Amino acid sequence: MSTLGRMIGQRLALGAFTLVIVSMVIFAAIEALPGDFAEAILGQGATPEAVAAIRESLGMDRSPVERYFAWLGGVFSGDFGVSFSQLSFQSQYGQTSERDVVTVADQLAPRFANTIFLAAVAAAVAVPLSLALGILAALYRGSIFDRAANVGTLTSISSPEFFIAYILILFLAAANPIFPSISKIHADLDFWERLYRTVLPALTLTLVVTAHMMRMTRVAIINLMASQYIEMARLKGVPRWRVIVRHALPNALAPIINVVALNLAYLITGVVVVEVVFVYPGIGQMFVDAVKLRDMPTVQACCLVFAGAYILLNLLADVLSVLTNPRLRHPK
Amino acid sequence: MQSGGPLVKIRDLRIEGLAGEAWLPIVKGVDLDLARGEVLGLIGESGAGKSTVGLAAMGFTRDGCRIAGGSIEFDGIDLVAASEEEKRSLLGRRIAYVAQSAAASFNPAHRLIDQHTEGPVLHGVSTQQASQEDAMALYARLRLPEPESIGFRYPHQVSGGQLQRAMTAMAMSCRPDLIVFDEPTTALDVTTQIEVLAAIRDIVEQFGTAAIYITHDLAVVAQMADRIKVLLRGSEVEENDTRAMLADPQKDYTKSLWAVRSFQRPEQPPRSAQPVISIAGVTAGYSAATDVLHDVSFDIYPGQTVAVVGESGSGKSTVARCITGLLPPRQGEIRFNGAPLPASYQNRSKDQLRQVQMIYQMADTALNPKLRIRDIIGRPVQFYRGLRGNELRQRVVELLEQIELEPALYIDRLPSELSGGQKQRIGIARALAADAQFIICDEVTSALDQLVAEGILKLLDRLQNELDLAYMFITHDLATVRAIADEVVVMKDGNVVEAGPKTDMFTPPHHDYTDLLLSSVPEMDPDWLDRLLEERGVDNIGEAARISPT
Repeated sequence: MSTLGRMIGQRLALGAFTLVIVSMVIFAAIEALPGDFAEAILGQGATPEAVAAIRESLGMDRSPVERYFAWLGGVFSGDFGVSFSQLSFQSQYGQTSERDVVTVADQLAPRFANTIFLAAVAAAVAVPLSLALGILAALYRGSIFDRAANVGTLTSISSPEFFIAYILILFLAAANPIFPSISKIHADLDFWERLYRTVLPALTLTLVVTAHMMRMTRVAIINLMASQYIEMARLKGVPRWRVIVRHALPNALAPIINVVALNLAYLITGVVVVEVVFVYPGIGQMFVDAVKLRDMPTVQACCLVFAGAYILLNLLADVLSVLTNPRLRHPK
Repeated sequence: MQSGGPLVKIRDLRIEGLAGEAWLPIVKGVDLDLARGEVLGLIGESGAGKSTVGLAAMGFTRDGCRIAGGSIEFDGIDLVAASEEEKRSLLGRRIAYVAQSAAASFNPAHRLIDQHTEGPVLHGVSTQQASQEDAMALYARLRLPEPESIGFRYPHQVSGGQLQRAMTAMAMSCRPDLIVFDEPTTALDVTTQIEVLAAIRDIVEQFGTAAIYITHDLAVVAQMADRIKVLLRGSEVEENDTRAMLADPQKDYTKSLWAVRSFQRPEQPPRSAQPVISIAGVTAGYSAATDVLHDVSFDIYPGQTVAVVGESGSGKSTVARCITGLLPPRQGEIRFNGAPLPASYQNRSKDQLRQVQMIYQMADTALNPKLRIRDIIGRPVQFYRGLRGNELRQRVVELLEQIELEPALYIDRLPSELSGGQKQRIGIARALAADAQFIICDEVTSALDQLVAEGILKLLDRLQNELDLAYMFITHDLATVRAIADEVVVMKDGNVVEAGPKTDMFTPPHHDYTDLLLSSVPEMDPDWLDRLLEERGVDNIGEAARISPT
């Protein structure tokens, strides 16, 4: 197990390094975009004087390298900075007292919680569903069920998310008003009300991620069906469903876990479009707004959250893969 | 339940296999009778249909195969007409199977004992608890070490010979009427093979189980079977009692099988006093902590064949890796014609690389399946000698002629369009293409049928005489050593135990370990195993188990 501990340590260190690289890339990308926060927020009223004033108040007159390292230094001491919109508001309306400052972290936290809630609901449906469908498709390989499951999931993954979202709104909110088409979530809602309002975006995400996981489950199991230990199990008179669930599935777990992790990461990082369609107050919406305004601290924070989710989920997948492999779990 | 009739009765069995679009016959009308408690040996080369017939006796056909005609009766039950459900209730409970590779046939995800108890519990023959206790009793009976705890290990934690015995125990778990053994010892070392053979024979006798024993090794089947049936390309050649069959085979094909081991070339003196390859005090290992080879030294002279023998794990292949430079030794050096070779292949010149060539055990995986024969052989010709165009083609044609394959027929084929023996010949041609003086042959015949293997050995012998080659022959098969070697090096646990001319090696007195190896090679005498077990005493089987590495 100490090797596992070492692996986790190494991967976390590498992950932190990756995050720094990600932040550099994002910073450079925002710098490369035409216009900046000052021009974006002033819009039509962007007189050179006003632009210069905002730039100066935000410290944007410094060189990009200097600004990046100032931000990075803050991050290392746990300070993700303050959104440009907040700063600009303060500088224009004179609210400068320290305790009223709303940091990026403060803004992000409730949004992130909402996104996690949406991802969790989608995952709670999608993961068991796709595993079950994949196992059944492998069990009845070549049957009508197998084909229907394949065609169905492929159709849903091939359609753009917003299209699926609008179709669902059309049938489940407009034509038959069962669920709300706009997910108004706030902190005062109780769990069931919150869940009710999350159904449509969660359903959209489920339809998007199920195909990948289901097909990987099916293929991983079918690949093993030619193994000698599967033939042995059949020659012991083990029923077909048990051959698949007990003899094939445990050996197919590693690839399945990896695909599940990839899709869980997508549920967090890929929600942007879905959140926008359903006006779901998650991190995706915040991210879109921040990019529009070139609001560097907010964009950076969102990207770090996305990248962090990716890194942690992939690490989790690798750890689970090790734990499901008896060769690694019980060395000679 | 039990009737007085034969246990298995197969009549005019025909099985077809799907090849592309067409169904081709694999088994062409085989009859088979097996009485209760009887052991029938099925022998033949690969492709003879032995496994297919053995599985058919269980009512089972592999995917892509179908029963095209004939009848299979097990204890009066028609297995061709039986539903999947009916067959499933027989499989594991009344008919069990022991596969060739126990390592591949145990599920890596579950402990041995859980796989053992699955059948009895599923078939309602026993409870988990009772079946577990029975497993331990069977393990003890099969002389597995630590029978109370070995079942709680995972397959990768147990050695090959032990796994094979655990699999036999698993087959016994429901006390079946019939066990089909499909080459159960083919993948094992000779010393381990004896333990498994003795264990199988013991337990089959104790429980009066009938068995179909499939193998290509005549000497093995002679120890195990009451009757022998010989198959060739899906048809029966002949069948008789074991002793009668061994003493007096009727058909030419059977006689040719019996005669296989007769090829033996005389020992040749070295053709020069200067060894072509000297291995001098080589110590090497894969990880920093452990050495796989300890101070290994021996010489190989031009025109001679040195056989390196030993069980798996003895370091034979590691020596080859040191010579080719794939594994730089920690200490010692390899000299070629007296001059030291750089330790790593990366530091060797093209000419030095050219001088050491290799032929591999699995021609299947050693040849690029996407390349045609002209390119497989042409590549080293081009690389080492820089020939192109017509000259290159001419050289490839020459090489194909040397390995006795008609160039016009074979030059444009893909490896998949060749038989196993032909693929191995291509492997030889590729080694010859470099014009090397020294070739390492790593178990080159062990994946081949005996007749085909004999052809390869004769070819290698002819080439050696014509081209003055030196071979290092890595093998665990002492029959091969007897056939082709001049010098023998016996290895065990990374040490050279004994080395010398072949005649010395095969005449006593030997080193203890050499003796164990030699006496473990099955002979065509049906009493051989009994005699050997008596000589060694039952406890000595355990001794052999202790000596053999995992």
